[in-house]
Amino acid sequence: MIELEYTSLSELRGPLAVVSGVSKVGWDEFATIRLSSGETRHGLVLEVDRDLALVQVLEGTSGMAGDRTRVAFAGSPLRVPVGPGWLGRVCDGRGRPLDGGPAVFGASTAPAAGFPLNPTWRVPPAEPVLTGVSAIDLLTTLVRGQKIALFSAAGLPHLELAAQIAAQSHAGGEPFSVVFAAMGLTHADAASVRDALELRSAAGELVLLLNLADDPVIERVLTPRIALTVAEHLAFEMGRHVLVVMADMTSYCEALREVSAARGEIPARRAYPGYLYSDLASLYERCGRVRGRPGSLTLLPVLTMPAGDITHPVPDLTGYITEGQIVLSPQADLYPPIDALSSLSRLMRRGVGEGRTRPEHMDLAAQTLAALARARQAGELAEIVGAGALSATDRGHLDLARAFATHLLTQRADEERTLEETFDRAWRVVSVLPRRELAMLGEDALDACYREGG
Amino acid sequence: MAGVTRVNGPLVEVDGLGGAAMFELVDVGGIPGEIVALTGDHATVQAYEYTGGLEPGARVVSLGGPLSARLGPHLLGGIFDGLLRPLDGTEMWLKPSPLRAPGRRLWPFRPLVPAGTPVAPGTPIGSVTGSGALPYLVLSPGGTVTAVRPAGGYAADAAVASVSGRKVTMEWLWPVRRGLPYRGRLDEQVPLITGQRVIDLLLPVRRGGTVAVPGGFGTGKTVLLQQIAKWCDADVVVYIGCGERGNEMADVLAELRELADPRTGGRLLDRTVVIANTSNMPMMAREASVYTGVTVAEHFRDMGYHAVVIADSTSRWAEARREFASRGGALPAEEGYPADLASAIAAFYERAGLVTTLGGEPGSVTIIGAVSPPGGDLTEPVTTHTQRFVRTVWNLERALAYARHYPAVSWNGSFSRDGAALAGWHVRNGRRDWVAARTRVAGLLAEADRLSALAELVGAAAFPARERVVLLAGRLLREGLLQQSALSAADAYCAPERTGRLTSQILDVVDECLQLAEQGMPAAEIETRDFSDVLRAKERP
Ligand SMILES: Nc1ncnc2c1ncn2[C@@H]1O[C@H](COP(=O)(O)OP(=O)(O)OP(=O)(O)O)[C@@H](O)[C@H]1O
Ligand SMILES: [Mg+2]
Repeated sequence: MIELEYTSLSELRGPLAVVSGVSKVGWDEFATIRLSSGETRHGLVLEVDRDLALVQVLEGTSGMAGDRTRVAFAGSPLRVPVGPGWLGRVCDGRGRPLDGGPAVFGASTAPAAGFPLNPTWRVPPAEPVLTGVSAIDLLTTLVRGQKIALFSAAGLPHLELAAQIAAQSHAGGEPFSVVFAAMGLTHADAASVRDALELRSAAGELVLLLNLADDPVIERVLTPRIALTVAEHLAFEMGRHVLVVMADMTSYCEALREVSAARGEIPARRAYPGYLYSDLASLYERCGRVRGRPGSLTLLPVLTMPAGDITHPVPDLTGYITEGQIVLSPQADLYPPIDALSSLSRLMRRGVGEGRTRPEHMDLAAQTLAALARARQAGELAEIVGAGALSATDRGHLDLARAFATHLLTQRADEERTLEETFDRAWRVVSVLPRRELAMLGEDALDACYREGG
Repeated sequence: MAGVTRVNGPLVEVDGLGGAAMFELVDVGGIPGEIVALTGDHATVQAYEYTGGLEPGARVVSLGGPLSARLGPHLLGGIFDGLLRPLDGTEMWLKPSPLRAPGRRLWPFRPLVPAGTPVAPGTPIGSVTGSGALPYLVLSPGGTVTAVRPAGGYAADAAVASVSGRKVTMEWLWPVRRGLPYRGRLDEQVPLITGQRVIDLLLPVRRGGTVAVPGGFGTGKTVLLQQIAKWCDADVVVYIGCGERGNEMADVLAELRELADPRTGGRLLDRTVVIANTSNMPMMAREASVYTGVTVAEHFRDMGYHAVVIADSTSRWAEARREFASRGGALPAEEGYPADLASAIAAFYERAGLVTTLGGEPGSVTIIGAVSPPGGDLTEPVTTHTQRFVRTVWNLERALAYARHYPAVSWNGSFSRDGAALAGWHVRNGRRDWVAARTRVAGLLAEADRLSALAELVGAAAFPARERVVLLAGRLLREGLLQQSALSAADAYCAPERTGRLTSQILDVVDECLQLAEQGMPAAEIETRDFSDVLRAKERP
């Protein structure tokens, strides 16, 4: 194909460039932009109007001049090479190597935007991904093919936890890979994520895409799409169980907002574009399991809630799409600071129990949560009337909450707990209460596992 | 020749479409779209597929006629996209494709009237089986039957009869944005039994009624709507996944396939039409999906059936309209929504109703729509306008869901404008205590709410015994009656008889406690009595 190059940029505004005089340029096409300095940039067509093409420039327009820039269009929306060549690689937010290796090559390519998965081909998620993090495995189990968000706030160790999950997760011996898409991370954060994932990378089980805080902002629009395209291939063509971690989605949404503002679009809540829900869904819905294929794609978007506000559009719309959330909240000196009562894995019930984890799993999780809820009430009451005025049962529940925090929740960032160990600890925690208080647990399970006095 | 001039996502502008009509279907470069604005021969088209790669100059062809639903025997038990294209038996990845006629198969047809019979419009002239649990009726366009085929297998588009010279086929097309005709509206008040106690007792919906279900994320909209899709006493359920999750669609399909319909013994799926336009499928087909869904329901209504449309979530439909309007440069009204938001919502819910069909039978369409308010804010435009136009609102409260009180239907923040009339129906149908029990439950809940607000200020210990028993009654009613787990085999569905029984059991216990209080028993002593029996009654089949 002869590449036509256009040299007339009629307008430059924020991350946008208008190329005039074009013909046969399609919507959402990929563009390559050459500056007079020799530098190459990339773009996506946001709109075509007769002979004008509106291009969002991933690397930004700074330094671009109207008359000395050449733009070529690819003839189709962006395609990404896919295949096992990605495993073990570290790349930037657009998929270019950062590890000194050659460009990633794949035997085939797939469109970065992906295609929607026919709902009749989906299989309801039904097996666990074990993270080795007790509070998650016990109370908000990840299920293969699920999307579940990690909600956090500034200053909390969500990246540390995301990296720990990415480093430790497994699917009980079946082939497992992690695709980690970092957006807007600081160099220090990125370095610690790389450290935590070093073994996984060396084992050829990791794809790391890094868009850092000082990398081009608009490039972030592409990073999760490349990650998901690579992951879909690993999962649905190569039969691997793939966990995709996307951090930080708040930075991704800010990039979208920036483009939207530059286009002068009518904003919805907090100046985010009205299509934020659909845009996020076009990413989050790429998880799942498919009939007749062994692999699965599980998605863990990580986001910081601005000012800790869960009604902010980014967490709110994420919550409207994901199948549950793991919520972090400030808890003095505690890692991981998971707020068990606000967290929920909506698909857990299908992924745990006999033959998957342990037969009493659902009951034990429900009992633990009910007891923690009661402890929270008792704690609030104690603040009003004083701990001395509490009933023995309420005091027992406060003891349980303490045991939960020390024996189950608290865990080192490099400590991987087996399911046996997690259950062992969980039984010790509930055994702090007298047996008659454990109405949600079956007699058989209690006979086998309850131990007087915790 | 007509060609594309501008592409902005799903918005495509076209020149050279002289003579085209508003809402006409067109093919733009190989994908379907609908004309939504016309100025001279310049048209704005909403495209029903991803427009990646579509370029100015691409060919545009009119497809003649508006977006229409193919109404036929293939619908029951099937799963379709927002344009009513079958999803079953198609490719794993959904790639943009033009509208195509479906594959042909033969359906067993049986004539119901002999040739020579005069048949008014809407009367059945034949019946088709093998499509779900119900007979699918082929209705007369009106006239005299000039010929009718003998019983046998025929293709859906083959003539099975001719009425006053007009060919009659099992399937035909109807424009989705226009309601199917009926003879008149009926104002009879018959409840749609949902099997959910809080609804059937306190906040009932009538056949032909309209319900909005607003609630923030995770408050239980989908679970509640799926419960109703499974257990309500309708003949046909049209379940529209409008911009929601793919996994949920897989889940509801798997369940409907497995579960038996308690009334027919067949599969629940066989009385259901599933329309799945998940959030990652094209946005404008999502906009169309609520109309295709309600058109399908009207079609079954016209056969004299009671149909229910469940739309999860109408907010995603409204957002698709907003998105398109803003790309077209329309002046926004509230929160960026187009100015016709309220009238579009009103018109959609207006298609519900209990009617006398053209054939003279009663039939109904009930519409139940989830609403997903951003940030759980109930003052946002989609929620507020929807509440104006529906007869029933089941408000799902985050605080209840957080406390794992499911279904998290707020008993004080919801309403049913048909509540009293429908309670009267139960009394007329053999449940003599229904009205009294309902009034009593509502009264106790309201008083308990008032008292617990007060208790937060002064502490319940300060209350006299009777008031403390009312607080206790509130708890017993909430835990023993209103809470109903969708996961419990014994309790997921609760027939009205059982709801009545559980209610009177709890009210009896409350009366007993009130009496004890009156006789001077200290409140603390009453409160520590063992209520586990009455609280667990709902778990016993
Ligand atoms: N009736 C119920 N019985 C038992 N659990 C329930 C019930 N209703 C809701 N839940 C619990 O709440 C979770 C969320 O419910 P659901 O998916 O219906 O929320 P939603 O309001 O549809 O949320 P979204 O707006 O995000 O789609 C369920 O996964 C389930 O764990
Ligand atoms: Mg839902």
